[in-house]
Amino acid sequence: MITGWFWADVIVKVILALAAMIGMALVAIYAELKVMSHMQHRIGPYYAGGRWGWAQPFADALKFIQKEDLVPEGADSTVFRAAPYIVVAATFATFVVIPFSPSLVARDLDLGVFYLLAVSSLTTLGVLMAGWSSANKYSLMGGLRAAGQLIAYELPLALAVVAVVVQAGTMSLVGIVEAQAAPITIGGLSISLPFLLTGQIVSFVIFMVASVAELSRIPFDMPIAESELTMGYLTEYSSLRFTMFFLGEYAAMISMSAIAATLFLGGYWIPFVSETALLYFGPFILIAKISLLVFFILWIRATWPRLREDQLQDMAWRWLIPIALLNVLVIAFFKVVVF
Amino acid sequence: MRNQYFGDYMTVAVFLLSGALLVAAAIITARIVAPRRPSRLKATPYESGIEPIGGGWNQSHIRYYVFALLFLIFDVEAVFIFPWAVSTDYFKSIGNGALVFFEMAAFVLILLLGLIYAIRKGVLRWE
Repeated sequence: MITGWFWADVIVKVILALAAMIGMALVAIYAELKVMSHMQHRIGPYYAGGRWGWAQPFADALKFIQKEDLVPEGADSTVFRAAPYIVVAATFATFVVIPFSPSLVARDLDLGVFYLLAVSSLTTLGVLMAGWSSANKYSLMGGLRAAGQLIAYELPLALAVVAVVVQAGTMSLVGIVEAQAAPITIGGLSISLPFLLTGQIVSFVIFMVASVAELSRIPFDMPIAESELTMGYLTEYSSLRFTMFFLGEYAAMISMSAIAATLFLGGYWIPFVSETALLYFGPFILIAKISLLVFFILWIRATWPRLREDQLQDMAWRWLIPIALLNVLVIAFFKVVVF
Repeated sequence: MRNQYFGDYMTVAVFLLSGALLVAAAIITARIVAPRRPSRLKATPYESGIEPIGGGWNQSHIRYYVFALLFLIFDVEAVFIFPWAVSTDYFKSIGNGALVFFEMAAFVLILLLGLIYAIRKGVLRWE
């Protein structure tokens, strides 16, 4: 029944998810500034807010609010204005299925990971709209690059997820976490382990590479490559419209890390903690795992140079997709034929 | 059952809507707070500081259309492979595991042949 309770439930969950998304995105923005600068022997933000420059993301947001909102003359104004809506809405919609504890999940859809892949690929549309509508050469090139890159890496991402689905036997994210919590027997010893340690290491590597590419982060940031395309599809955006793309990007980073944590690292679950304790500590465990993965993504950024456009396509089509396909077959073989 | 299904996707719709509302709220705030002094110069497309040459929608070489075609094939494959992945448990329980596995293996290998063909044709070579 759709009753008042249903709406109250939905509204509370929307508010919680918004707070989680914006809060963690702000932390990720600050972490990026600080982690990057320490990796490069700089101090990084120092003044805003007093200690450690903790208020830097807020200061940035305040600065962007005061900037003039420009729409370039030749631009397709409607499409130009609509693009950030699609990017942010699609990213926020991924938070529907991410389980923060056994009970703290907006909706545990049966389609789970399939829904995630579908919704997160909507951002491609927003990016392409932004690139096309700006009527700017940099934006157009950036948008096309982004489209080519996002579709190429969509496939290894999906196939890495398929490998997990085969092992778990379900697409629901809560189901996948429970499959990891279920004990397995190795040589008479009954133990439960996350999928990363029970045969999904190849899928995890593929998933992380593909998700860094999906997020257009270094070493896969050709769509926004500052030194060649200024900012790619973001070139003409200013003021809070730009900030919304920015927020969407970091929120996507959080949601990708959350998905990776749930699929491969056990999500809200860790070994040796009772089911009831998970109800309370689940969110913190998941956030710890997300932070670990976000740190890893920042670390990659500080380490590798940018790939060339053809190397990027080559890597997806020649290496990642065949490996991901074979990986699915190997895991299915072990699941169906051996065990 | 139907109500739960409806409720699930209603939630998705509410999430999509509130994501859009967040953007709307931000942009309306900016509209109120930010200054607005439009000028012709500000509205010209950015080309690293020089006057823009030609239009923004110049013809440009699109190398990606082949990838788009390849993507279509593999994405359809992904759609086929998901139901299979979920139902392996069931087929195993009725003793048909190996058969189902080899069927999917044949499907995947045929697709891999297609990919190898595309690579040998030089889709990935950029001159």
